[in-house]
Amino acid sequence: MLAAILSLGCIGMVAAIALGIAAKKFAVEVDPRELAAMEVLPGINCGACGFPGCAGYAKALVTGKAEPNLCPPGGAELMTKLARILGVEAIVMARQTAVVLCQGDNRKAQLKFRYLGLEDCNAAQRIAGGPKACPGGCLGLASCQRACPFDAIEMTADGLAVISREKCTGCRKCVAVCPRDVIRMTPYESSVHVMCNSHDKGAAVRKYCQVGCIGCHICHKTVPEAYKLEDFLATVVYEQDAQAFEAIPKCPTKCIRDFNEGYPEGSTFLPINNDKSDAA
Amino acid sequence: MSQQLYLSSSPHVHSGETTPSVMRAVLYSLVPACGVAVYFFGIPALSVLLIATLGCLATEVVCQRLMRQPVTIADGSAAITGVLLALNLPPTSPWWLTLLGAVIAIAVGKQVYGGLGSNPFNPALVARVVLLISFPVQMTTWSAPAPLGSGLDLVTTATPLGEWKNAVMLTGAMPAEMQGSMAGYFLGNMPGCIGEVSALALLLGAGYLFYRRILTWHIPATYVGTVVLLSGAFWLINPAKYPNPVFHLVTGGLVLGAFYMATDMVTTPVSIRGMLIFGVGCGVLTVLIRLFGGYPEGVSFAILLMNAATPLIDRYTKPRTFGTARQGGSV
Amino acid sequence: MKLRTFKGGIHPPDNKHWTSHKAIEDCPLPDELVVPLSQHIGAPSVACVEVGQHVAKGQEIGSAKGFVSVPVHASTSGEVVAIENRPHPFGTPLPAVVIKPDGEDSWSSNLQFTDPGSLTSDELIEKVRQAGVVGMGGAAFPAHVKMSPPPEKPIHTLLFNGVECEPYLTSDHRMMLEESERVLQGVALLQYVYGAERVVIGIEANKPDAIALLKKQCADAAVEILPLQVKYPQGAEKQLIFAATGREVPSGGLPMDVGVAVHNVSTAAAVTDAVMLGRPLIERVCTVTGPAIKEPKNLRIRIGMSLSHLVEVCGGLVEEPGKIILGGPMMGFTQVGLDVPVIRGSSGLLLLREEDIANSPEGPCIRCARCVQACPMNLMPTTIAAYARRDLVEETEEYCAMDCIECGSCSYVCPASIPLVQLIRHGKAAVLAKKRNALL
Repeated sequence: MLAAILSLGCIGMVAAIALGIAAKKFAVEVDPRELAAMEVLPGINCGACGFPGCAGYAKALVTGKAEPNLCPPGGAELMTKLARILGVEAIVMARQTAVVLCQGDNRKAQLKFRYLGLEDCNAAQRIAGGPKACPGGCLGLASCQRACPFDAIEMTADGLAVISREKCTGCRKCVAVCPRDVIRMTPYESSVHVMCNSHDKGAAVRKYCQVGCIGCHICHKTVPEAYKLEDFLATVVYEQDAQAFEAIPKCPTKCIRDFNEGYPEGSTFLPINNDKSDAA
Repeated sequence: MSQQLYLSSSPHVHSGETTPSVMRAVLYSLVPACGVAVYFFGIPALSVLLIATLGCLATEVVCQRLMRQPVTIADGSAAITGVLLALNLPPTSPWWLTLLGAVIAIAVGKQVYGGLGSNPFNPALVARVVLLISFPVQMTTWSAPAPLGSGLDLVTTATPLGEWKNAVMLTGAMPAEMQGSMAGYFLGNMPGCIGEVSALALLLGAGYLFYRRILTWHIPATYVGTVVLLSGAFWLINPAKYPNPVFHLVTGGLVLGAFYMATDMVTTPVSIRGMLIFGVGCGVLTVLIRLFGGYPEGVSFAILLMNAATPLIDRYTKPRTFGTARQGGSV
Repeated sequence: MKLRTFKGGIHPPDNKHWTSHKAIEDCPLPDELVVPLSQHIGAPSVACVEVGQHVAKGQEIGSAKGFVSVPVHASTSGEVVAIENRPHPFGTPLPAVVIKPDGEDSWSSNLQFTDPGSLTSDELIEKVRQAGVVGMGGAAFPAHVKMSPPPEKPIHTLLFNGVECEPYLTSDHRMMLEESERVLQGVALLQYVYGAERVVIGIEANKPDAIALLKKQCADAAVEILPLQVKYPQGAEKQLIFAATGREVPSGGLPMDVGVAVHNVSTAAAVTDAVMLGRPLIERVCTVTGPAIKEPKNLRIRIGMSLSHLVEVCGGLVEEPGKIILGGPMMGFTQVGLDVPVIRGSSGLLLLREEDIANSPEGPCIRCARCVQACPMNLMPTTIAAYARRDLVEETEEYCAMDCIECGSCSYVCPASIPLVQLIRHGKAAVLAKKRNALL
């Protein structure tokens, strides 16, 4: 018994010493700034910066190949930290958040046909342009949800993707994967959106969707500077949308939504109560 | 009307063969082997079969419930594991041993890897080997067959392979009385696992699987062929010590292993070349373990070892794509 | 004697008995023809007529744009009533010329008989181009492009595809039986263009009547009639070339890389019309079949007839169809409705009932290797599909996804009902996207 303990202990000791020596001898010199950058980076390797993971970005930062404002998940706070580590002036990028501009779930929007096959939006889009009658609406096959590294997207029971404004870090992975271009990057501060992506004429939209934009111009007439219309589709002008919420009750198809008031029907996400008077 | 239409990617027709139908066919093919086993070993064999099968099904349900996954016992794969496990156990194995085997097979051999299609090792063999190592006494207590109606009780005895190994270890030569009873072995009249006894019944079932094109010749033929060639070589070198190839064929679990355990689709290579390599590897390992290893029987270990090598074999036996050069040659 | 074939493949029930004995019938003209401007692989044609204009049968209504493109012609005489986006077999509405037939069905006076002996091979190719001849097996690749191989790739073997390995379809079979002279004349014209030493017509052995007839008619000519083993996809270009010549078209290459050119037998007949009569490709034979149709038929249809018109001519529906497929069941395309027109590549219209649709739930791969053994390209479909599903682009490419011909054999045999072909298509798209990005 004693012999066993002693011999094992000795083996352990020798191995530990050998490892210690090896670690010293073969140590690789790393720029301390790179290590510091790695410390503060989120470490989720989402690739939004365009480099292979956070380590790749850290390396690019210290070698001067990248600016410190390329990490949307880290937000403004991280950018300032990185700039301090690198000894440069911080250029803060405004926080952006992704929004699915569609409320036409399987109950509110018509289908052209019944799709059989791979549960993937890009695969479905290749079959006669996808099963949704609306050419721009959310297909609801969860490709964006699978692409999201932050678990910020949920699928409602009726097949609509909804993105949490709080969990979204603005990495744009969902935007890249969506075949219908229905996910848009918007300023985080802007909570009012026209929830439609169909450029069809109003009459056509009415045929296939209860909550689509019919291009009636009422929002634009109510708050002219906050809305613009292009090809029968209204969009919020995010640079000057302070009064955009005034048009919400006027919209005949209830297509405009203030995310501070609530998420689309079926979503389990809850709005963070942004009291307007408080913000102002 | 158009909303009633289905649209999909081509092709729009299907062979109709589904995973459950494949699994059902395998179960049907095992009926003769189970029948013969019950005939020779009586009620104990029947109870082992039932406990193992029901145990596997129950374990699958519990595992899938726990992991909040859809319960898929209807696909028949757990039932096959149960029957194959039973066929790999001695007929006298106590109920708790059988049940433990069933739990190990499904929980440790299959579900921890993600269920059907993801397990690297044959679940039934994982269970058998765990039991063999943990409970060597119960797992190697064999009995001579006592056919139904013969009035005989199961009497403890050694398997032909075990008998040979003992004799060789003690005397260095094969006992003389082992030469005679090949036909009896082939029909099932020998001590052994429930499923090892009758090579004939197993071959009958395998024939049905060949007919249904569920089994291909590649693995069984190379496996059996390698065993015959290699054991034949040893026999020619020293017939006094090594048994002849026919003895190797009809005793022990070779037929069960080659036709049912080594052909488990999930744990074997997918390319033809890979299957051939797999069969040869199983054959070589089986003969080496039988002749030189510590255990009398080597089929289970051989197959498990080759299961472990399957990803590697798959990696290096990628079929030559149509229109690309053969290695070192031109199209 | 063992018939020649290729390695792999499957044996689906061929269901050709519905129509294989039925003679080709002329389909009456409907009240409206919708002729899409995009019917072929390559750049779509551009409309060259105006709304309200009267057009003659065979008059050019859409002109070709670029080399890999062909003109489109009026399928009958009548008035152009609209040029607008209309439902299209590709799935989404595309530009089409809508013609209201005047009932005269009179040919354009510009079209005339030519003695092919007086033409050089370049003039002949030009006539084929003007007539808008495309591959009629389904892919609709412009024939004149195929007929102009670069001089460094001489064609020694000219292969005609009379295999028709898709289940249900019998249009090529009936063409060979009823219009063998037109087919053989086209064969001779194409042989003249290519200057090929060996000319082979490959026919699957399940059409013994067509094999016997063509053999009799070619007794003195140097055309070889080659019966082939009945196996899907025997009619796939690379597999047909392998069966006929023993050569493998190199990965990523074209038939001309092994000195072979392949045309469909119906394309040969269209070449005859184009060269001898100057008549453009405005009609074709289309098999209208399937369990949901009352009287399955082989119809001679005009380009632009709607599917609903074809259904009507075939006695209507037995019950509401569950799936409408243009082409065969293995490689055809499902349609959104019956208001879609037939185009030059439409070899068949297949209507399945809801109960005929393969729709078992997808399960996990049990590694049964059936797909590996069925793949005529010797790929590992399950491995490619697994990588494609996880968007592992490099691995997808490494396992030769780009060599997949999308014949559907793997999906057909898969007991787990994994949409292998769809996954591989998904993977191929990802590989192509990556290559495009690398170029930018």
